[in-house]
Amino acid sequence: MNMATKVERLEEPEYDDDAPLYEARRKIYPIAVHGTFRRIKWALLIVTLGIYYLLPFLRWDRGPNAPSQAVLVDLANGRFYFFFIEIWPQEIYYVTGLLILAALVLFLMNAVAGRLWCGYLCPQTVWTDLFQAIERMVEGDPRERREKLKTASRTQRVFEAAAKHTLWLMVAWWTGGAWVLYFADAPTLVWELFTGTAPLVAYLWIAILTFTTYVLAGHMREQVCTYMCPWPRIQAALTDEYAFNVTYRYDRGEPRGSFKKSEALRAAGVPSGDCIDCKQCVAACPTGVDIRLGSQLACIQCGLCIDACDTVMNKVGRPAGLIAYDTEMNVERRQQGLAPVAKVFRARTLLYAGLIVVVGGIMVATLAMRGSEGVSVIHDRNPLFVRLSDGSLRNAYTLRIVNKQSLPRRFAIAVDGVPEAQLEVVGGISETENGHPVVEVGPDQTYELRALVSTSAKLPASASLPVTFSVTDVIGGETTTAPDHFKGP
Amino acid sequence: MAEHQKNVDAVTGVSTTGHEWDGIRELNNPLPRWWLWTFYACIVWAVVYWIAYPAWPLVSGYTSGVLGWKSRDAIEVQLADLRTQRGAFAQKLQDASLAEIEASPELLSFARAQGRAAFGDNCAPCHGTGAAGSVGYPNLNDDDWMWGGSLEQIQQTLLHGIRSTDADAHVGDMPAFGRDAMLPRPEIVAAADYVRSLSNLPVPAGVTPDLAKGKEVFEANCAACHGADGKGNIELGAPNLTDGIWLYGSGRDAVIASITNGRAGIMPAWGGRLDPTTIKALTVYVHALGGGK
Ligand code: SF4
Ligand code: SF4
Repeated sequence: MNMATKVERLEEPEYDDDAPLYEARRKIYPIAVHGTFRRIKWALLIVTLGIYYLLPFLRWDRGPNAPSQAVLVDLANGRFYFFFIEIWPQEIYYVTGLLILAALVLFLMNAVAGRLWCGYLCPQTVWTDLFQAIERMVEGDPRERREKLKTASRTQRVFEAAAKHTLWLMVAWWTGGAWVLYFADAPTLVWELFTGTAPLVAYLWIAILTFTTYVLAGHMREQVCTYMCPWPRIQAALTDEYAFNVTYRYDRGEPRGSFKKSEALRAAGVPSGDCIDCKQCVAACPTGVDIRLGSQLACIQCGLCIDACDTVMNKVGRPAGLIAYDTEMNVERRQQGLAPVAKVFRARTLLYAGLIVVVGGIMVATLAMRGSEGVSVIHDRNPLFVRLSDGSLRNAYTLRIVNKQSLPRRFAIAVDGVPEAQLEVVGGISETENGHPVVEVGPDQTYELRALVSTSAKLPASASLPVTFSVTDVIGGETTTAPDHFKGP
Repeated sequence: MAEHQKNVDAVTGVSTTGHEWDGIRELNNPLPRWWLWTFYACIVWAVVYWIAYPAWPLVSGYTSGVLGWKSRDAIEVQLADLRTQRGAFAQKLQDASLAEIEASPELLSFARAQGRAAFGDNCAPCHGTGAAGSVGYPNLNDDDWMWGGSLEQIQQTLLHGIRSTDADAHVGDMPAFGRDAMLPRPEIVAAADYVRSLSNLPVPAGVTPDLAKGKEVFEANCAACHGADGKGNIELGAPNLTDGIWLYGSGRDAVIASITNGRAGIMPAWGGRLDPTTIKALTVYVHALGGGK
């Protein structure tokens, strides 16, 4: 290293050692707003919670031997039922496909209009919204609440707090209750839960989900989004300058000032911004941020500040949309006198949409082509082949036949590829179909059997003949095959 | 510090800690206090856990925890659950005859599964995990049985063994014709060549077998047990010599060695060691390997 350059020692920086390492929680009590986005949020809240709470009760006829619940996770038997679809454990890759789809849809939503998921659909947002509505219903709007802190009697305040927490706990309990209904026959389980005869694990899960719902939606709220959730961080990396976000149009709003002051300024011919600095947007925000500072991590983009501000603009007779879904780029363009751009179709969105179509298409195609039976085969390893006393050669295999129908079915088994093959099975029923052994597989079950293939034909040394086992439904005629090899010395 | 300068970052408007590296200053975005409390709660939890559960390794052992929890006990509970679950089927298996088990696909599946496990634990050391056997230990997949391959015969062999200490064990006696000077070496060689010819085994180069003499020796000494046609006798455990399946090897030297020194393989009696249901399951499993008669 060259020591010639003289490094001047920097002055010791000053440390702000008094700065707090941890900050106290600032409780947020957002005001109620009215407007388009609030209505959309109410509608989505009703639809999503309605689906969640009521779906387990929807019936779906699958015939005998199968549950009649439209959506059911049957852990004991390892089955997942979704309307006409039945997923077996070995088909878990469908869940992978669903997760990939879900991720792509999130990316697309983000590319089009930012955190649509966070603002409108995320369970954390929806339940928090519901809990805040309950809070306002019992304790009143924030202003009323503040008044009460001073004026209301102690008894009334205790009574209100008790009412609020009771209602919260009831919603939370109902949430946990609905959760367990997805894992068992809903009407039966409801009855069992009320008569105290349900399995302990059901009560346990209800207790766990009651607790998490009550804590996360009642107490943690925006803390979950700001500190616990990884999605806001990922979003920041995914977004681009064309994505619509809840934006304060500072080109229009600044310089801000009180209503009277800006009226006076305007009358005097001095330009003045539309923002009257009433802070309604901050008061309406469920995460307590000031959107006028620009887009920020804590903003979940729920659009409620838009409604709050539009109401104010309406009152003061200025055009709505001071806060709106817009882009930072457009704000700048307007300042330069350029027309705003709205580019929804661009490489990013088209790519995401294309991928969604491809992945979705693959999933639909595989689901549609999925048969109602299956067979897999494993060759005996030890011994690979057996010489019998009459000199013939035999290979043994383990076959597993899958019957995905809810009726018992009989399958005829055949083998192809070995000259003069004799097929024998262990675990069949006495019946045969055109000389082929027949096995019976119970409804919605698998069945394992041993298949012995022998031949007295002369095979070449170290023979390894490709063979195909075919399994044919005796009544329906549906055939499935599985390949393997026939080994010789 | 008397004069406290407030460090505020111009771009973000966030105060900084004052820490600076090459001009990069650390913003102070304090964590929420509940985060801190979560840390404390975790520490408390860890301490409670140490006290309640086995945790600390000691010189010769470990702290066992006040709850007295042991992973061994947890397994015992699971095993007990398994036994109750199996109970119904085990009862059926116990009540059904061997033939009934083979006739019912359901019972057969259960018996074979149980049999496979028992085979792996008890029989695999000699017969191999797939029952392929090796020299001196028969392959149970083929259809060549010294003591019979029907369900009852297999069960009998399993229960009492072969040349075991059991009173009802199978006992066969292959004499040591050479060692005990019952036959001279040339006659033994001739007999060996003859029995190999019964299985159509290839004659090694340079050897001219005297089949006529061999046949003579065979009829005088071996046919009593192995039969005039050499097809063996399961009553005596005398193997079939015509089928190309040779327990001790089919090479000329191996066959000469068998005749010279005799053979007396041993299989233990499992009757006293395994319960009757397990023996049943093993019987069905071996029978269903493919060679059962
Ligand atoms: S609600 Fe609108 S007018 Fe009021 S402070 Fe917010 S941006 Fe300004
Ligand atoms: S700033 Fe506006 S959009 Fe963002 S979370 Fe607050 S209210 Fe919702």
